[in-house]
Amino acid sequence: MSDDVTPRTREDQVYRDDPRLEVSGSPQHVAPETPRVEQREPGRIVRKAPPVVLERLNAWYGGMHSVRDLTLTFEANKATALIGPSGSGKSTVVRCINRMHEEIPGARAEGRVTLDEVDVYDAKVDVVAVRRSIGMVFQKPNPFPTMSIYDNVGAGLKLTARKVEHEQVERALRGAGLWEEVKDRLDQPGIGLSGGQQQRLCIARALAVEPDVLLMDEPASALDPISTLKIEELVEELKHSITIVIVTHNMQQAARVADSTAFMLNGELVEHGPTTKIFTNPDDTRTEEYVTGKFG
Amino acid sequence: MGAGTIQAAGDRRRELEGSPAARLPDRLLRWGLTALSVGVIVLIAFFFIRLIVESEPVFSEEGIFNYLFSADWVPSRQLYGAVPLIVGTLITSAIALLIGVPVAVATALYVTELAPKRIRQPLTVLVELLAAVPSVVYGLWGFFFLIPKLLPAERWFADTFSFIPFIGGSVTGPNYFIAGLILAIMILPIVSAISREVMSTVPREHKEAALALGATRWEMIRMAVIPYSRAGIAGGAMLGLGRAIGETIAVTLVIGNAPSIGDSIFQQGYTLAAVIANEFGEAASDPLHRAALIAAGLVLFVLTLLVNGLARTFVVRAERGTRAAKKPAAGMAG
Amino acid sequence: MSSFSIESVNPRRRRTDKVARGVVLALTLIAIVPLVLVVYYLLKQGLGAISWSFFTTDPTGSFLGDPGGVKSAIIGTVMMVGLATIFAVPIGVGVAIWLVEFGRESKLAHAVRYFIDVMTGVPSIVFGLFVYITLVTSGFGGTSFAGWKGSVALALLMLPVVTRSAEVVLLLVPNTLREASYALGAPRWRTVLRVVLPAALPGMITGILLAVARAAGETAPLLFTAAVVNDSTFNLDERMNSLPALIFQNVGQAQDRLVQIAWGAALTLVAMILILTLLARLIQRRSRLS
Repeated sequence: MSDDVTPRTREDQVYRDDPRLEVSGSPQHVAPETPRVEQREPGRIVRKAPPVVLERLNAWYGGMHSVRDLTLTFEANKATALIGPSGSGKSTVVRCINRMHEEIPGARAEGRVTLDEVDVYDAKVDVVAVRRSIGMVFQKPNPFPTMSIYDNVGAGLKLTARKVEHEQVERALRGAGLWEEVKDRLDQPGIGLSGGQQQRLCIARALAVEPDVLLMDEPASALDPISTLKIEELVEELKHSITIVIVTHNMQQAARVADSTAFMLNGELVEHGPTTKIFTNPDDTRTEEYVTGKFG
Repeated sequence: MGAGTIQAAGDRRRELEGSPAARLPDRLLRWGLTALSVGVIVLIAFFFIRLIVESEPVFSEEGIFNYLFSADWVPSRQLYGAVPLIVGTLITSAIALLIGVPVAVATALYVTELAPKRIRQPLTVLVELLAAVPSVVYGLWGFFFLIPKLLPAERWFADTFSFIPFIGGSVTGPNYFIAGLILAIMILPIVSAISREVMSTVPREHKEAALALGATRWEMIRMAVIPYSRAGIAGGAMLGLGRAIGETIAVTLVIGNAPSIGDSIFQQGYTLAAVIANEFGEAASDPLHRAALIAAGLVLFVLTLLVNGLARTFVVRAERGTRAAKKPAAGMAG
Repeated sequence: MSSFSIESVNPRRRRTDKVARGVVLALTLIAIVPLVLVVYYLLKQGLGAISWSFFTTDPTGSFLGDPGGVKSAIIGTVMMVGLATIFAVPIGVGVAIWLVEFGRESKLAHAVRYFIDVMTGVPSIVFGLFVYITLVTSGFGGTSFAGWKGSVALALLMLPVVTRSAEVVLLLVPNTLREASYALGAPRWRTVLRVVLPAALPGMITGILLAVARAAGETAPLLFTAAVVNDSTFNLDERMNSLPALIFQNVGQAQDRLVQIAWGAALTLVAMILILTLLARLIQRRSRLS
């Protein structure tokens, strides 16, 4: 993973300190590359991302009230884990953040979800623009079957009417830790990759659009342990430049990657706090019972 | 810090609101396609109204009742009673179902349950190829091959089984039976395809349950496959009936086109579809005759509508049955 | 159940099983007989008619002398079916996209599906009659019978087939692909055009080819709309000949040389339809979906 480090990558970090420069200034780079996990100083923020604030969020599927009055802040440049048993509404919460929830027939949501104090449910807001700012990675890898690896990564740009530059594709693939594995076969179909690689391809595809927030809905649940580990390393790396919300039913995973953790039960938020506190000294007995494996 | 936040919020608002122009293509697509879809409904409604309006002269001249229930179709005397046509349509379609459905179901059973794996696919393709032969080619073949070759057999059958109603008596070359036989061949692919589809959805557990009880293959088919697919087969048969009722050219060539009701299935007759194809040329200059033919088309349309409606309810019931039966299986797998 | 033993099932049951299986097999073989016979007679009677001049000359309409070939009928069939495809495919695929991507389970979508089903069941001759009374007798466009009016009748037949098959294929496109596209911030129209349609394309082509094959063999609607003529024309505003109509007309003449032309035309028509059908199956097999 760490065999081709060049000094250039460190200089890159200087540029990346300013988020606007990072987006618009890439042509100035000699060779833009995203540095690897190993070169990062821990906790260093290279690009300021916005927090996501949920206020009194309610969501329904047909007649089922699956999220109830949820108020919660996902802090900027942090990874927040949403945990809870199946059917507790955690996936619905993340789907409400980028308004994917409303793509399901009969589903609706109420309440406020704000990004830099702008409510994404505001009537004036374009749902398409919301999803450009808030990327998403799904439970099962879903690369576009008719596209090559390269086109898959570029798809987000193409689908939003932007030009695809090779360096953007490369940067996204490096960001997803996949570049070294696929750089020689970019023109091959994306569905030819292994499950873990496909999922990282999907992460690269989401990163290429340069979102400020990344939602991950059980991104590793369909993957083997080694691929899972790679995804977790990636989360650690990505939060230096974006805000991450990760849904998981794997509590070890939450403990490994998340700065803070929120526990949900039956559509309600039970408790939210620093991950260490939730797992070692929760306030609510239900949280304690869940994290110690008494139910769920 | 405060100013920075406001700045960020302003940028974010501009970013998230986008421009109305960017949202325009989506609206155009949605409304364009909606208009297209509504257009289909309008078209069919217009189509139905046109048929009614254009056939109105014959209804006001003869009366709807007379048109539907009188047996004299004599254009030269301005008599338009559609009974011989309706009866002819029903007789030929009934013969088609009687011959076609058992063969189609047997084919489906053989392909799904009994045939060796290797020949399933080729057999399916062969049956489907029957649907690739155009109506007029079946008519051509029926006219020059079936009619002369089957005549002796029909004569023998009519003599031997003359005690059965509608069998005995004289035999003409073109007749109801030949038309029904050709229709049976033509509906075979669709009935067989739908039967095969429902049979292939019979849950393996049902079949294995029967076999585990010590049932022979045939008993398994009777215990598990047939009851399960009965509604679907009925739906397929109804769809076949709809086809048979509306089939025109092949029937026109082999039914004899005589506007009378034959005494037996081996006599010539007429059908609603055949009369339209056959007489529309001469009707062009006679408004009443033309209206009578359009009315035949209207009756045909209403008949197929009823039959296809029936078919749909059967198929829907079959699908519902399938879903109900599949649920526990899915639950076990999960 | 005392007679039950490992070695043998009750002989009567075994006999029933054998007989029933025999009957099923026999009926299956009977189903194949007409196909074999039709193909045999087509080849036997039709090959004799086929020659170079059969494809390169128009029918003469002469009862006694040289009956000519079928050139005008082939041109007419290809032209009219082609135009019908141009009419039916955009509308059919458009309606299918609306049903799957927008209408979904709404009341309007159910109504549209119902009317498409109704269209599927309408006999082809009734569509012919409809075009006859709305476009032909009214002299629409300054002509009575015309090739393009035949295309309209054929398009009405093709429309429900194209729509239904396209809808089925669009439903097979996994929802995860649409979600992936929406989550990237793609608008709906780009998602449909760039993600959904490419994935559905092979299956849609199969459905379209089957609809074309069905339309190519239709006779009844053309008799009322494009009529039957002898001369070749590429002008869709004129009366046009077609293979099915030519066959129908020649059978009616019951004159040996004309009948031979009819067999040759039938062989040509069946060959064209078979090629389309096989092509459709081939594409279907190579499709990623289903």
